[in-house]
This record gives sequence, C-alpha cells and structure tokens, in this order.
Amino acid sequence: MSFTVPANLEAEIDELITHYPVKRSASLMLLHALQEHFGHISTEATVWIAKKLGLQPINVHELVTFYPMFRQQPAGKYVIKVCRTLSCALGGSHKLHEHFCTKLGLDPHAHGLQTTKDGKFSVEFVECLAGCGTAPVMMCNEDFHEGVSHAKADEILGKCK
Amino acid sequence: MKLSGLRGRGGAGFSCGLKWSFVDRRSGKPIYLICNADESEPGTFKDRQIIHKDPHQLIEGMIISCFANDVKLAYIYIRGEMPKGAKLLNAALKEARAKNFLGKNILGSGYDLEIHVHRGAGAYICGEETGLIESLEGKRPYPRIKPPYFPAVLGLYMCPTIVNNVETLCNVKHIVTMGGAEFAKLGTPNNTGTRIVSLSGQVKRPGYYEIEVGKATIGQLINDPAFGGGLLEGRKLKAVIPGGSSSKVLKAGEKFKLKRKVEGKDVEVETDMLDLPYDFDSLLQAGTMSGSSAIIVLDDTVDVVDVLANLSEFYAHESCGQCTPCREGSLWMSKTLHRLTHGEGRKGDADYLVKIADNIPGGKTICAFGEACSWPVQSFVAKFKDDFVAKGTADEEARPP
Repeated sequence: MSFTVPANLEAEIDELITHYPVKRSASLMLLHALQEHFGHISTEATVWIAKKLGLQPINVHELVTFYPMFRQQPAGKYVIKVCRTLSCALGGSHKLHEHFCTKLGLDPHAHGLQTTKDGKFSVEFVECLAGCGTAPVMMCNEDFHEGVSHAKADEILGKCK
Repeated sequence: MKLSGLRGRGGAGFSCGLKWSFVDRRSGKPIYLICNADESEPGTFKDRQIIHKDPHQLIEGMIISCFANDVKLAYIYIRGEMPKGAKLLNAALKEARAKNFLGKNILGSGYDLEIHVHRGAGAYICGEETGLIESLEGKRPYPRIKPPYFPAVLGLYMCPTIVNNVETLCNVKHIVTMGGAEFAKLGTPNNTGTRIVSLSGQVKRPGYYEIEVGKATIGQLINDPAFGGGLLEGRKLKAVIPGGSSSKVLKAGEKFKLKRKVEGKDVEVETDMLDLPYDFDSLLQAGTMSGSSAIIVLDDTVDVVDVLANLSEFYAHESCGQCTPCREGSLWMSKTLHRLTHGEGRKGDADYLVKIADNIPGGKTICAFGEACSWPVQSFVAKFKDDFVAKGTADEEARPP
C-alpha cells in the first residue's frame, strides 16, 4: 500500500511549517495532522515527516514513542479517553471505565488502549484532563464530556454512528 | 509590572516583573514569549476555562506583554488534549489579525507581532518551562539543566525567552488598565491581585472560583456557600491537597505557627489548617504551597493509601525518564503503593516509601519533577503513617507463612 498525503493536507502542513523559524519545531503539529488523517502514525508517516522537515526518521520516531497521544497502531473510529487521575477517580472514573469496557466487550482490567473487534471503539485511561471540578470527565475523539454518569456514557456511545 | 507585585500563576509564584527583567535585551537575538497553556497539574482546570470562555483576554495580555518585551513572535503551547481550546484560540487569533491587533505594523504603531498556537501531545513534563521549550523545538521534552539554560537568556532556539502561564498573561491586561499600584491593592501584601482557585474532590460545589489572593481561607473555600458549600452530608474532613497534586497534603486539624504583624510587631499566631489564608506565603509557612491554586478535598470515606497510589501512578507515568532517581524512584513508589492497595503490602512499606522519596529530590534531578513526585509521598506517609502501616501489617498477617 502506498502512502500518499492528499494535496490539501500537504498545503495545510506547508502553512504550519511557516509558523516556525526552525522547521523541526513543526514536528508535533505535523504528527497531529497526520494522525488525525490516517488514524495512527505509520513508519511511512514518520519517514514522510522527517523528509518534509529535513530530519532523520529517528528524530520523529522518538517523538511518537514518547508522547502518549501518538500511536503506532490504528485505533477505533471513536477513541474514548477516561480520566484516571485523583479527582476523577474520587468521582467514579474507574466505574465509568469499567462501564465502557463491559458494554463494549472489552477487558476492564487490561492495560492500555483496547479496540473493539469491529474497529468502531477504542477505550483507554488517560491522565488528568483538566476538568477536575466536574468529575468524572472523558473525551470521545475531540469532544470533551463532563460529569459523565453511566446514563450519559450510554448516550455518548449512542451518538457514535 | 514590578509595582503590581504579580506573581506567576502557574505554580512557582515567581515575580512576573522580575522574570521579565532577567530577559537579555542586548544579545541581538530575537526575544520570544511562550504562553504555557499546558495545564496538566492534577486538580487544576482554570486555564481551560479562560481559553474556552475568554480567549481574547489572553491574546490581549499576550500582545501587551510582547510589546513590553520587544517580542515579535510568540507561541501559545496548549495541551494536546484540548483540541477545542486550540481551535478557539486559532479563531480568536484570526479575529485579532483581521482587526490588525496582530500582524505587521499593528494599528500603525510600526510594531509587528505574530502569535501561533502549538499543540502538545499528552506529556505532563511539557509544563516544565525548559521541557516545554524543547518540545516546541520539536524534540522530546527533556528539561534542560539550569544553569546555564535559564530561558530568559538561553531559551527557545537558544534565544532569550519568557514563559508565562495563561492566567499570569491575562492579569497583564488588567495591570496595564488599572496601573500597577492600583492592582497591588487587590489581594494582600506580597500576594497581590486575584487568582482562580480550582476546587475539586469531595465538596458539594466543586468548581473554579476567583478570589482576591489571601482574602479567603482554605476553610472558607471549602465550606462557604459562595464557594465549595461544605462537605457532602454526614462526611468529615480528612485532608486537603492545597495546591495541585504535587503540593504537600494538609491533614484535618493540623495547626501551624504563622508569622503575622500585630501592631507593628512580628508575632507567631497558631493557625488551624482551615484558617490558613489562601495565598502564596501562608501556605509556604505551613510547609506546603499554593502551587497552581488547585484544592482537592478528601473526606473520611477515602482511603489515603488509595489516594497516594493514584497520584504516584500519575508521576510514574509522567516522569520523562531523563534522571535515574526520578525515573526509577517514581516507579518504585508507584509499585510499592500498588502492592499496598492490592493486598500484597508489607509492614515496612511506609518506611520504604519515605526512604525512596527522600532520595529523589534535593539537586539529584534536573528539574523539579523529582520534588513534585516525592512531596505527596513524604507528606502523606508522615501525616497518615498509621494507615499505611496498618494496611501493610494486615496484608502480611493474612499471607500464609
């Protein structure tokens, strides 16, 4: 399978690079742009970014392996991130995580990101999402949800088509 | 800025005017300003509110700050997990550009400025200013050794750089409007202005509340109907984490000797933890800090061992791994707490935890993360030692010999 970045995305990326006096600075923004488009960062994407920014692939790869938001494997169409840290834990985030896992047929005790067999949903615990006042909080792709009861969780799942 | 007495709202509480005065203006290199919007200290959620509800306040504060420091290019480093915030800021920047508040020759002044949004990608260590700079340079966010890499002299691209928190930069707008002296009348001496307190945990009305610094006590913030509205029915206070998860915990009923001026004389006043004025200096005197002004309330239904295990797991996950004491220490502490919360504890775990925690900070690591991961362990175990020992002992006795 060949790796092609669509022309409009490449134009967007070229514009992003102009934001920085040193091209390398654009690495994270490019990784975000490609992950949003392809769903994950493949080796081809890493090499593509490196070439674009005049870097060695390792300079990009070391970012993918360090920053928790980047993933090297595809995830579900909808990625559910439940906050694990203290205020949300006090507010019931472990029960919420378990609720999602049980509902979607995933293992509530497994470590890291898990994806349903049909590739529709991924569920993972993440660290503090900065919404501690309305615990428990979560994200479903780009959407941030606060005070998520189990009923609200079902509603969120229901809206994912 | 110096007259205003504004202290950084990110965590360290350093004088903002002084920080600006350190900037090397004679190097001939460009000066950069970075807004630290990588809000990720557990318990803190004020910057998200500012960005979502009033992005222009931040942009105005940044423009003024850049003008004052002769900055031509500035960045807003926002958490990767706030994609909506990044979009809102980009839209607001576009509006500002359209009105020529940004760009070339701003309002005919001859001054040029551009601000860009840069997204992080889920790493807590990017909140550390030199880690943030490395990240903005497109590298792993490994904090730099200070000295020589003080951002004011050798920051972004080895140029003089100012890194300020979102809330700090918002205050700049008000300081310029009101005048420094007038701003300094808000709050209390040496703790001027207002601050947004993020209140979470087990209270009736968690939320964000703006107070004049030091004009409300911790007790008022928890119990006053205008703020937290008290604990949940039938609960008793157990502890308070007063300034983000890194700050040392305060135990209910703890007393501190606070230095106060009474009729011109310095006297020590015994103060209950609930009566501590919520400001930088009082909390420092109580052996903790107001940090990012995030209060997490714990009542008597929680198990403090679980609480510490949760926090330690966070730090073990977020240590950047550069310095051995922090990388290994934070993981050991988390593993020890994991066994204590999974029926596999040992009687000596309390002492063992403190031994590890004592060996991380104090100049053994490049950045303050070493302190940040040790302080909760040191303070929780010191103040609730019985809980930790009891758990370990019970596990040991339940195990077959």
